[in-house]
Amino acid sequence: GLLPGSLRASSQRPTDLYEIPRFGNVCLMHMTDCHAQLNPVYFREPNVNLGVGGALGKAPHLVGNAFLKHFGVTPDSSAAHAFSYLNYDAAAKTYGRVGGFAHLASLVKRLRAERGDGNSLLLDGGDTWQGSGTAYWTRGKDMVEACNLLGVDIMTGHWEFTYQDREVIENIGEFKGEFIAQNVKVTEEALFDYKFSDFDGFNEDAGLAFKPYTMRTVNGVRVAVIGQAFPYTPIANPQRFIPDWTFGIQDERMQAVVDQVRSNEKPDLVVVLSHNGMDVDLKMAEQVTGIDVIFGGHTHDGMPAPTVVENSSGKTLVTNAGSNGKFLGVMDLDVRNGKLQGFQYRLVPIFSNLLKADPAMQAYIDQVRAPYKTQLEEPLALAEETLYRRGNFNGTFDQVICDALNKVNDAQISLSPGFRWGTTVIPGQTITMENVMDQTCITYPETYRREMSGADIKAILEDVGDNLFNPDPYFQQGGDMVRVGGLDYVCDPNQSFGKRISDMTLDDGTKIEANKKYMVAGWATVGSQSPGRPIWDVVADYLRDQKQVKINKLNTPKLVGMKGNPGLEDYPAA
Amino acid sequence: TVLAAWPAKAFGAKDMTEGLANLLGSSEMMESGDISIKAPEIAENGAVVPITVTATMAGVESITIAAPNNPAPLVASFDLMGGAHGYASTRIKMGKSGDVIAVVKAGGKLYTAKKGVKVTIGGCGG
Amino acid sequence: MASKSIKIRAKFKDGVTTVKALLTHQMESGFRKDSKAGGMVPAHYIQEVVCEVGGKMVMNAHWSGGVSKNPYLSFKFDGGEGEKLKLTWTDNKGETDSAEEAIG
Ligand SMILES: [Mn+2]
Ligand SMILES: [Mn+2]
Repeated sequence: GLLPGSLRASSQRPTDLYEIPRFGNVCLMHMTDCHAQLNPVYFREPNVNLGVGGALGKAPHLVGNAFLKHFGVTPDSSAAHAFSYLNYDAAAKTYGRVGGFAHLASLVKRLRAERGDGNSLLLDGGDTWQGSGTAYWTRGKDMVEACNLLGVDIMTGHWEFTYQDREVIENIGEFKGEFIAQNVKVTEEALFDYKFSDFDGFNEDAGLAFKPYTMRTVNGVRVAVIGQAFPYTPIANPQRFIPDWTFGIQDERMQAVVDQVRSNEKPDLVVVLSHNGMDVDLKMAEQVTGIDVIFGGHTHDGMPAPTVVENSSGKTLVTNAGSNGKFLGVMDLDVRNGKLQGFQYRLVPIFSNLLKADPAMQAYIDQVRAPYKTQLEEPLALAEETLYRRGNFNGTFDQVICDALNKVNDAQISLSPGFRWGTTVIPGQTITMENVMDQTCITYPETYRREMSGADIKAILEDVGDNLFNPDPYFQQGGDMVRVGGLDYVCDPNQSFGKRISDMTLDDGTKIEANKKYMVAGWATVGSQSPGRPIWDVVADYLRDQKQVKINKLNTPKLVGMKGNPGLEDYPAA
Repeated sequence: TVLAAWPAKAFGAKDMTEGLANLLGSSEMMESGDISIKAPEIAENGAVVPITVTATMAGVESITIAAPNNPAPLVASFDLMGGAHGYASTRIKMGKSGDVIAVVKAGGKLYTAKKGVKVTIGGCGG
Repeated sequence: MASKSIKIRAKFKDGVTTVKALLTHQMESGFRKDSKAGGMVPAHYIQEVVCEVGGKMVMNAHWSGGVSKNPYLSFKFDGGEGEKLKLTWTDNKGETDSAEEAIG
């Protein structure tokens, strides 16, 4: 049977943090959701990541001290800083920036060398081509080349699909690894006259837009890697960029692919490279049998140890490897006699102070950023407190965006999407245009200003609330709650659809009325393109005007029924 | 071949049961495990929801698709003859979340199955 | 017979013909508000689709405006090898189009 890998991170001294002993015969390295962060960044983990229903109190729905306790991470250690929000301001200064492709490249090279030639694979779970100004301006191409230099073997995607479909096909063409997804089909309608019928990965008979899986031989072991792209891409992001492709969880098809791979390819190990989000992966691991490991992403949960899920025919390990380039998942596997016998797993934090930058990668990064340097480095304002996003409700940087929308667009209420990417700015740091792009650069950045009724606003909050708190993980889309400015409300996550949101008021306490109209500003509309300026211009205007940034009021909801939830710490309105 | 006239009254009904009764001559139907409805759990686009109905019982004469939350719940009906299988696939509009109902007429009797489809505003992301 | 509004794929395999068809039509339900002119956009949708094989009807569909814009439909029937298939639609304004396709 499978023994849990030892979780050594907590006992590591900084000097031997990157000494990861060999184990078994196959090493699978997993990065995910770097959101195009080529250089080291600050990234604060959430203090609100609520689990409701069956997810209550279980990974990944643990924050702060509850998280450290659950995973046995020593408080006040470098690992505690990497995995939690605790003591963030001081610890960020102590441990410095995290991630960066040059530092990641050093670690990957070292592990590849230590494991021996051909004994490892590097898997990329997606959300790689989007998230920075340079990725936006180069349409993801800066990242495709960076991944080629890093030697990514196999990837799947989510935000990759927010460029035009022809750009997606082109970028995959330039990517030297393989792009796989078993859950993306060409619609029946599009098959009548398909634009990309000559694309390598397209299979007309199966109707699949991309190759569903790939077989690799690693140290003599036959490894099957099945791709699972983000199932709700055309819902969470604009369908208009990728009209011919249809997604979905497709767990029946996943079972069929696993069965077919097991019987036709005779693999020793079957892994899924998934962008489902961790809760969806946990359910999929219960439903679908025959998968050894699911390497997961999308929900940006930095999990020091895999969750072992039992299903009707065995066990499946489920990991999630954080975001923004902060971690590399390293799973060493002992595969013998056609079976997984044991494993060791570590989610390794990339501390840029402790790892040398790989010179070739750094030279590439500097070169690809050079044309945009002046734009990126434009100083806008001074941060007087930590500005972050990640968490179920408004982060402080979200509040800046919402306040900017209200102020610049002269609105009463603002709405901003609950993305889980977006880097952190620490106190005393100058907020640059790069920081603003890190929080906002999407391919549908246009803002709007329009009247909405109180009922309309409630409908939006309820809709997004259900994507986050629906007790069935297959109905969760893996984003956080829509951010609001100028609006307070009460949220009861345990309630059913349409009943979670109540007592909506304006900042001055005036009750929101269902039939009354309010002026609302927002951005990132998925339906059709909004008419206003890109959000980054609005936020930049606001910051230049503010000069110093301190949050007056964080519009986080008052929570009901969440007392004692270990997915909640240091919450002001509990 | 003699074509049946377009059943205006059935398709105009605001109430599904009334529409079905009008179209099929009865609203008495049995739930059946021999009908499978393939539809997305969450619609990618409420204006284009792919629905495929497969009925495996013998003697299927027609397949009817309805969405009770639509302003006109009766959406499509397929009369099947001359060796046609109990199978119909199309795309329907759904203004809001709700069930998709399939009614199959076979051997003069009516059978039914349903599947929920969520229609969401969308737009969040990890 | 060339048709501007109908695309058909009819494949025969293992004794069964699978038909997939794509029709070009606005499928205006009559329940949509006209944001410019005010009031409702008038209903304009296909009400009937008929499929004949070798002169014999195999499928006769009746639709409301609840079928999506540019409708897709698929159905199956026994036999059909080497025969010709004819698909005809008629909408609520009496407009009609028809196309023929050899079953391949
Ligand atoms: Mn994602
Ligand atoms: Mn992501």
